[in-house]
Amino acid sequence: MEFAFYLSGLVAVLATLGVISNPNPVHGVLYLVVSLVAVAMVFFALGAPFAGALEIIVYAGAIMVLFVFVVMMLNLGQAAVAQERAWLRPRTWLGPSLLAAVLLLTLIGTLWLGDGGMLVQGEILRARQVGIILFGPWLLVVELSALLLLAALVTASHVGRQRQQSPDSTANREVS
Amino acid sequence: MSQMLANLRPEWLTPAVMDIFVAMLQALVILLAAVLVGAILTVIERRLLGWWQDRYGPNRVGPFGSLQLIADMIKIFFKEDWIPPFADKTLFVLAPAIAMASLLLSFMIIPITPGWGVADWNIGLLFFLAMGGINVYSVLLGGWASANKYALIGAMRSSAQTISYEVFMGLSLMGVVAMAGSFNLRDIVNAQQGLWFIVPQFLGFCNFLIAGFAVVHRHPFDQPEAEQELADGYHIEYSSMKFGMFFIGEYVGMLLISALVATLFLGGWHGPWLPPIVWFAIKTGVFLALFILVRAALPRPRYDRVMTFGWVVCLPLTLINLLVTGAVILLVAPG
Repeated sequence: MEFAFYLSGLVAVLATLGVISNPNPVHGVLYLVVSLVAVAMVFFALGAPFAGALEIIVYAGAIMVLFVFVVMMLNLGQAAVAQERAWLRPRTWLGPSLLAAVLLLTLIGTLWLGDGGMLVQGEILRARQVGIILFGPWLLVVELSALLLLAALVTASHVGRQRQQSPDSTANREVS
Repeated sequence: MSQMLANLRPEWLTPAVMDIFVAMLQALVILLAAVLVGAILTVIERRLLGWWQDRYGPNRVGPFGSLQLIADMIKIFFKEDWIPPFADKTLFVLAPAIAMASLLLSFMIIPITPGWGVADWNIGLLFFLAMGGINVYSVLLGGWASANKYALIGAMRSSAQTISYEVFMGLSLMGVVAMAGSFNLRDIVNAQQGLWFIVPQFLGFCNFLIAGFAVVHRHPFDQPEAEQELADGYHIEYSSMKFGMFFIGEYVGMLLISALVATLFLGGWHGPWLPPIVWFAIKTGVFLALFILVRAALPRPRYDRVMTFGWVVCLPLTLINLLVTGAVILLVAPG
């Protein structure tokens, strides 16, 4: 299990680097899909198969499909690739990467100094336990997120609504 | 005698290793059977369509057209394997592989008989939904990488259709999961010993069947590849074996959905008198025939009607089904 954990963790990191550094937008989004599948594998290795399966269904199977869909519809050609290349000059990314590296060093240092007895193992968390936890102690959070999603749904359906046309406006259009 | 056999056995061949070998052999047989049945279905479909439409169908090669499959395979192998110069080569090659692999992987979770089956997982059904989600990419990438307008329109239709139908496909199965109390398909089959789930879950059954048609984009939900308007949609630029993988992949998907319906709603291998494998084959075969009969009988609806039907009719029905199922379970067995 430990081997699977580290291997899929490595794949996730490399794929995420691919997302950032690939000049082609569609390829970048596909790297993100690979990264999400690798994170799902990390969940499997940690003994949370339910979370892993949901990660693939929701993120890789639904949300990323929409991303790929939109990027495809934009019809980005060689011009977009050239523009991305221009943005990937060292002058652009060197500063932010240095700052991020400092954060990474802090993170590694904290983990190094902290509790060293952490192992990649654990009992397998089945769907039943997840459901009992979600609808037991965390019920309020679940309901609040449901409210949030409902609000988002109402907003989306309002924005996407087709404007109702009054009789004179159609008449005007016909005249013009 | 058994002592003698035990002496003949090499040192490394412990019972655990034997089990691994048997499991691998089973997996291999199931994989080959799935591909083979998918290939044979291409011919069976044309014969059945011919029969139902009062014409002959392919009946020239071999007795009753039985060798048509071999003729088709020779033809498809000898075609030029052409990649358009304007295509995105990596994705163009990757797309048919995803189409075939994601569907074949899903066969892992289907228990065929009490002794046969590859994976016995507690997330079984979720694995199928995950693979169904991954399968969308084959059409999307194939359509985009071809750099062809018809292919792109096909890919666009396919992704929109799949997303709308995947939502209630998952929900329509949750009634079954709630009644069986498990995502494991073996447990679901065992829970149907007394009563097949098609009776208490009839709405779920109808919705899953419709969603299944849409997800493997078979007629009447084959707008992504509508040959009259889109000249075959997303696989228009494909030739030879790459086209063959899309083509066989579609039939493998049909087989997968049929096998799943048989497992989830018709009690899998359960049935009187006949051995389990025969019952499983009969139930799967009936749904395969239904797939073909629907293609022979129904016209193709307009694209926006397909989407509206999914969101306005099927989704509310599955939600009602889930609500009633939950209420009944709580009434019958509270706590």
